[in-house]
Amino acid sequence: MEIVNTGKEKNAVLLAVKGRIDALSAPEFEKELVEWIEKGETNFIIDLGDLDYISSAGLRSILATAKKLKANEGQILLSSLKDAVKEVFEISGFSSIIPIYESVETALAQMQ
Amino acid sequence: MLTTKLPATIEHLKKLVEFISGCAREKGFTDKRIREIELATEEALVNIFSYAYPEKAGNVEVTCDLDVNDRLKVEILDSGVLFNPLSLSDPDLTTDVANRKIGGLGVFLIRKIVDDIQYRRDDDRNILTFRILR
Repeated sequence: MEIVNTGKEKNAVLLAVKGRIDALSAPEFEKELVEWIEKGETNFIIDLGDLDYISSAGLRSILATAKKLKANEGQILLSSLKDAVKEVFEISGFSSIIPIYESVETALAQMQ
Repeated sequence: MLTTKLPATIEHLKKLVEFISGCAREKGFTDKRIREIELATEEALVNIFSYAYPEKAGNVEVTCDLDVNDRLKVEILDSGVLFNPLSLSDPDLTTDVANRKIGGLGVFLIRKIVDDIQYRRDDDRNILTFRILR
């Protein structure tokens, strides 16, 4: 797994996650987000266009982050999911609780 | 039938999952199916890493083969405390972010992905068997 910060627009931190979020890498993913939150950031757009795989450990990290952000009136938006990753979000019901967009641009357009 | 046995710790997750996905690839399963097989295998293994050996270290064994119906048959065996993952109830998928519980998802994902899943306790071992369509 690789996490790249690709900038900040409309008050949202843009991150791209590549590779795999599994039980081994999920804690690292969550830690990275916690570090941004501790710096005062409350809005995130996560580009998953190069993410090949996610397991329940990754879903848990995203949910834990979404819970923290909701308490701070922030949000986490996901974009550009590949079919394999989208399938996991749909089966788990996460696609109905975490906002998912076709592209970073459409996610940004939703950012207040 | 291919089989491998390693200590039941998170450090061995990658090796164990790659063993099963390598087997699936060798048997000609598609990339999409292989990712689903990896997911089901990871979820089953992580439960074992978390719950099977609360006091002493132990091993986990995975096996991979085709069954008579040309499905990939994966067996995951441990000698830990009795744990039947199929006894867990499904998570509530309808609640919002604030109320959604963290956890309980792994076994649910396995159930949704596989064609068939069985658990048995045999000779002080937990044996989880799942089968995935080609």
